[in-house]
Amino acid sequence: MFKKSKLTLIIGLLMIFMMSVLAGCAQEEAPDQSADQPPAAKELKLATTTSTEDSGLLDYILPEFEKDANYKVQVIAVGTGQAIEMGEAGDVDVILVHSRAAEDKFVEDGFGVDRRDVMYNDYLIIGSTEDPAGIKGEADVLKAFVAIQEKQAPFVSRGDNSGTDKKEKGIWKKAEITPEGDWYIEVGQGMGDTFRMADEKKAYTLIDRATYLALKDNYQLEPMVEGSPDLLNPYGVIPVNPEKYAHVDFEGATAFAEWLTSEKGQQMIGEFGVDEYGQALFVPDAK
Amino acid sequence: MEILVQGLKEGFLLIWQMDAEIFDVTLLSLQVSLTALVLSALIGVPLGAALALTKVRGKQVILNTVYTLMGLPPVLAGLLVYLLLTSRGLLGQYELLFTPAAMVMAQVLLAAPIVCGLTARAVLALNQEVYDTAATLGATRRQATLSIMREARMGIIAALTTALGRVIAEVGAVMLVGGNIRWSTRVLTTSIVLETRMGNFSTAIAIGIILLTISFAINLFILTLEKRTFRYENTIQIT
Repeated sequence: MFKKSKLTLIIGLLMIFMMSVLAGCAQEEAPDQSADQPPAAKELKLATTTSTEDSGLLDYILPEFEKDANYKVQVIAVGTGQAIEMGEAGDVDVILVHSRAAEDKFVEDGFGVDRRDVMYNDYLIIGSTEDPAGIKGEADVLKAFVAIQEKQAPFVSRGDNSGTDKKEKGIWKKAEITPEGDWYIEVGQGMGDTFRMADEKKAYTLIDRATYLALKDNYQLEPMVEGSPDLLNPYGVIPVNPEKYAHVDFEGATAFAEWLTSEKGQQMIGEFGVDEYGQALFVPDAK
Repeated sequence: MEILVQGLKEGFLLIWQMDAEIFDVTLLSLQVSLTALVLSALIGVPLGAALALTKVRGKQVILNTVYTLMGLPPVLAGLLVYLLLTSRGLLGQYELLFTPAAMVMAQVLLAAPIVCGLTARAVLALNQEVYDTAATLGATRRQATLSIMREARMGIIAALTTALGRVIAEVGAVMLVGGNIRWSTRVLTTSIVLETRMGNFSTAIAIGIILLTISFAINLFILTLEKRTFRYENTIQIT
């Protein structure tokens, strides 16, 4: 018994030793990476929606902006609601979101200045092939929503006050329906989680194209309704007002907004996703 | 600071007005966590005691495993239960995913090792004397074992309170297997995450206060019970 416990002790110590050696290696490597970067890059805090981050768009365009403007962008990817709150609290320098009404209010209340159109993507309704509400191929999303409600077909809603959630609620309102009942499942989670739950429940859901294309191979739901004008989703970039918060980096925020709407930024947005999915995920529309 | 004060105000208001949704959410939190606690106690206490009192091969390895599982990341526990219950999973046919039952399962996975491990420790901390004394007084093996459990009850109560604290405050597992569905599987912790994500910080704080108040009340209840059973025994005093 004594021998055994001694052995355990030795093995345990060995493992701890090995782990600390590995950790040490990792730490040594870290400075090498940062040495590659230009020394005086300033930090810019961007609050944006999970859709721009999860789709991979930011990973695609930000390195180029960072090189051009010598900034290091710190991305805080949250729901549109929280992103705007962060802007209102002066916790970030610039926001990139998609909820036109909330964006206009943000500017009207004096928290942001100089909103610019950047791009749009679109939403689609996806559902299981069984299609209990019979909406596959329906051109008008309003009619599809009416059918879903009439059939009480399960529909998973983000229910988190995000841009996508507001879009969905807007469509229900336009269709003059108050969605409630067992069939209407409000999950209060992000797009990826909502997709997963809708798939599990064989339910319909409203999803942005970028997230759908990125995750569709993992799940079985298929497009039911797309291309309806009510399903378009414009994104705007808004620097936080320096008159409200003196500490925000207005210069950097403006540089970011200008870069996004520049010819180069717009071109990169337009080509993102073509290689991987055969179609662009976002359509640039800066004026 | 402003948000904290606002949160406090809102919290009292939510409780005072018995907001239907928050009442529902609070009730489910209690139901899920207390059920998980009872099941964990039924599994963990006997198992922990057995591990401490019997000689089995590989006892050290088993104990070590239990101690490791005490630190199981909630989201990993959730994932394991998720994979078990998903429609393509082993128990998929029972359609338990996104139900309170699934949440209880995940929480038992988190709490049972804590109850088991801490019970084992409490029993192991006792001396041979306890058993010997009981045996000398003519107790049967069974009675002597029971008297050991009686001696270890302080540690077992600590195990149960720790386990309850872990499950009622846990969010990763219940979010995953429960799904945070409104009016169905939304609990206090997942509500806090949701409100935070929506930027409603004061509401999030308010719900946090409700959660802490409940924990406080439960612990008060347990402590009162504890005091009653220890009334005739001396506690340590430094003179």
